[in-house]
Amino acid sequence: MTAARYAIGIDLGTTHSALSHVDLAASDDDRPVLQVLPIPQLTAPGAVENLPLLPSFLYLPHADELAPGELTLPWAEERGHVVGELARRRGATTPIRLVSSAKSWLCHSGIDRRAAVLPPDAPPEVARVSPLEASTRYLQHLRDAWDAAHPDAPFAEQDVTVTIPASFDPAARELTLEAAQAAGYPALTLLEEPQSALYSWIEASGGGWRKQVRPGDVILVVDVGGGTSDFSLIAVLEREGSLELHRVAVGEHILLGGDNMDLALAHTVARKLAANGTNLDAWQLRALTHACRGAKERLLGGSGAPAEPIVVPSRGSKLIGGAIRTELTHDEVAAVILEGFFPAVAADARPVSRVRAGLAQLGLPYAQDAAVTRHLAAFLGRQQDALRTLEGFAGRQPEGAGFLHPTALLFNGGVFKSPLLAERTLATLNAWLAAEGAGPARLLAGADLDLAVARGAAYYGRVRRGRGVRIRGGTAFAYYIAVESAMPAVPGLEPPVQALCIAPFGMEEGTDAPLPALELGLVVGEPVHFRFFASSVRRQDAVGTLLDSWSPDELQELDAISATLPPEGRSPGDLVPVRLHARVTEAGTLELEALPVSGGERWKVEFDVRGEREAASA
Amino acid sequence: MADSPSTPHGPPPSFFQRLGMAFGAFSAVLGDAGFAARFAALRRGTAAPPSAPVAAPVPAPAPAAAPALKTLDSSAALQLLALLQREARLIDFTRESLAGYDDAQIGAAARLVHEGCAKVLREHFDIVPVRSEAEGSRVTLPAGFDAALVRLTGNVTGSAPFTGSLAHRGWRAAEVKLPRLAEGHDARVLAPAEVEL
Repeated sequence: MTAARYAIGIDLGTTHSALSHVDLAASDDDRPVLQVLPIPQLTAPGAVENLPLLPSFLYLPHADELAPGELTLPWAEERGHVVGELARRRGATTPIRLVSSAKSWLCHSGIDRRAAVLPPDAPPEVARVSPLEASTRYLQHLRDAWDAAHPDAPFAEQDVTVTIPASFDPAARELTLEAAQAAGYPALTLLEEPQSALYSWIEASGGGWRKQVRPGDVILVVDVGGGTSDFSLIAVLEREGSLELHRVAVGEHILLGGDNMDLALAHTVARKLAANGTNLDAWQLRALTHACRGAKERLLGGSGAPAEPIVVPSRGSKLIGGAIRTELTHDEVAAVILEGFFPAVAADARPVSRVRAGLAQLGLPYAQDAAVTRHLAAFLGRQQDALRTLEGFAGRQPEGAGFLHPTALLFNGGVFKSPLLAERTLATLNAWLAAEGAGPARLLAGADLDLAVARGAAYYGRVRRGRGVRIRGGTAFAYYIAVESAMPAVPGLEPPVQALCIAPFGMEEGTDAPLPALELGLVVGEPVHFRFFASSVRRQDAVGTLLDSWSPDELQELDAISATLPPEGRSPGDLVPVRLHARVTEAGTLELEALPVSGGERWKVEFDVRGEREAASA
Repeated sequence: MADSPSTPHGPPPSFFQRLGMAFGAFSAVLGDAGFAARFAALRRGTAAPPSAPVAAPVPAPAPAAAPALKTLDSSAALQLLALLQREARLIDFTRESLAGYDDAQIGAAARLVHEGCAKVLREHFDIVPVRSEAEGSRVTLPAGFDAALVRLTGNVTGSAPFTGSLAHRGWRAAEVKLPRLAEGHDARVLAPAEVEL
C-alpha cells in the first residue's frame, strides 16, 4: 500500500454523489477525523457554489443555450457539459438533454453500457453519452474538486474507495472500475454500500458499537436511496475474544427509491386537481413533485397536522394570480407511502410481478412491486439458511423458521428520515419475528442517513490499514456458466444445460478459485459466449460442481461472458480445450480467464455489456 | 515582508522607471483625490511614509479629504436578489399588485415566498442572534460595549454599565456563502426570460 495521506471515500449514488475523507496521519484509533468535501459546482449559469452533495446529473446544453464563460468551474474553462446542481435544474425544464440515473443504466443488462444511448429520448442532434461516460464525468468532477481543494495532496496519490450497491453484478462492478480509471483514479477498492453504512455507524459510535452489538447478532441493513433499495445481512461473531463482522447475504437489485415515492404522491395530487378541472402541464407537475416532497416530509415527520397545503406556482411572473393551491392530507400520504411502499404485510408475502404504469418510464427495469416490505420479506425468506454454516450460529435460528431472523436493524438513505417509515419497517419486521416466537430486532440508532455511505467508505480506507474492525464475507454470490450436458441429442429438443460452478460463494478480495476439472472447447479466432449465472443462496457449491436443475430463485442469469482466442500459433477454427479460472481482484471485481490445458497462456474472459443476452449461445 | 530590509528608500529609480512613475503619477493625481492630497503634501515637504499613517498623529494635512463613505460593489446585492427570485419568486411577488386578490390567494403565494426565502437565508448565510439571552430578560452592558452590536433605546442617560430589558436579540451573519461568479457574468440579469420551444 502506498504512503497515501488521505483515505477518500466516494459514494457514487443514483441521484447524489458525495466525497468524504479521513486524514490517515492525524487520526487516533477510535476517533478518526472524518470530513465531507464541499463540492464546488455550477448552481446557475456563471455561479459556482460549494454543496455537500453533487447531484448525479449530466446536462448536455445546446450550443446557443448559455452565454460564453457561463460554465466556468474553478478548475476548468468550458467543458461543454454540466454536472451537478445546475444540470439537475436545467434538466427539469429540458429533459431531452438530461442524463439521470446513470448508475441504474450501468447495471441494466438490456442495453450496451458502453454505447452512447443517454439521454434515451434525446433528439438526434444531441451528442449522447454512454452510461459509462456519464459515470466517468461524475467521478472526474469529484476528483477535480478534490485536487482544487488539496493542491498539496493530489487525488491520484490517495487511497480511494468507491461504493457500489451490494447487488451489483460482476459486469457492473467492472464498469464502475472502468469509469474510475477513465476519470484518472488511482488503484481503488470497491465497497458495498450497506457495508459502508455499517462502517459509518461504527465510526459514529466512537467505539461504543462494541457495547451495542453482541456475538450472535444478525444485523439487517435496509438502504433505500433515491433510486434503489439494497439489503444486506451482517452477522456478529466472537473470535479469540474480539468481535468480528461477517456479511452473509445481499439482496437483489431493486430499482425502487425515494424518487418513486415523491412521484407517486405528485400523481395522486395531480389526479385530485384534475378531478376539479385543473390540469397541470409538465412544468407544473415537476413543481408539484417538489412541493409534495416537502409536504410529505412534514407529514411523515410526525407534525401531527391533518394536512399540509400545497402551492404550485405559475410559471409566468404573475405569482399570486397564477398559483394553484391544494393540499396533501395525512391520509393520502399514509395511503400512498405507508400502504403503497411500506405495507404491513406478512412474512410470507412476496413481490407481485405486474407492470405498474406509474413507475415504468425511460426503459429502466423499475421494480414492478412498489412495496419495500414485500421485497424485504422475499429477501429474508430466500436467505433463511444463510447462517447455517457460520461458526457460532448453528442452532441460533429456530428450526422451521420461515425466514432468517435478524436481531438488529440499521437504516440508510434519506427515506428513513421520516420516523413514520422507519417505525413502520421496524414494526413490520418485529411482527414477523413475533409470529415465529422470536424477540424484536433492535434499532441501531445514530446513523447519518445522507452521508453515511461516503463517510463509511473513507473510514474503510483506514480499516484496510488494519485500524478498526473489518467486515468479512467475500463475494456474496457463487458464479456458474452453462455447459451442454453430454447426453445424446434428441431431435427437436435443445440439449439440456447444466450449470458449472466456476467461483464459489465467499471469495475474499485478492484470492483465486481453484481450476475446475471440466474442460471447455474454445474456437480459435471466434468469440465464444457462455451463459453466466449467479446464486446468492448456494453457499456449498465448490468449483466444478455441476447442477442439472435449479429453481429460478436459486440462479439468476447475468450478462453472458465471452472469450476470443487469438489465432497466434494456431489455425483459426481449431478447437482448443481450456479451463476457466476465476479470481477476485484487490479492487473487488471478478476476473475470469481461459487457461489452455496445454501451455501457460491466459486469456481474459469479458463480460458482455452490450445488452445482447438473448443472442448469447450456450 | 516582515524580514525585508528596513531601509525606507531603495536604490534610486532609473530614468525609465522614473518615466513610468511620472505617467503613473499623472493619472493617479487626476483620478484619485486621496493620492493627490498625499502628493501635494510630499511636494510641500511634510512627507510622512506614503501609506496610511497608523500610529503617529500626523499634523492635519491641509484640506482633509471628507470622511469616506464607501459604496459597495452592487454585484453581491444583485446576486442575492437573483437567488430570492429563483427560490422564492420574491420579485414576482412584490411587483404584483395585491388589489383584486383575497387573503387566501395572497396567503398561498406567501407560502412559496416564505419557504423560498427561508431556503436562501439558510443556505447562504449563517445567521445567529447577537445576544443569547431570552427577549424580555434584564441585560447589563459593560463600559466599552460594541455600539454596533447593541443599540440603546429609551432613557439613554448616565454612563456604563447600562442595565435594561432586551427588546430584540438582534441578528448577525456569522458566515456568508454567496456563489462565486464567472468572469463576465452579468449579475444585473436577476432572472432570464424563459422561452419554451
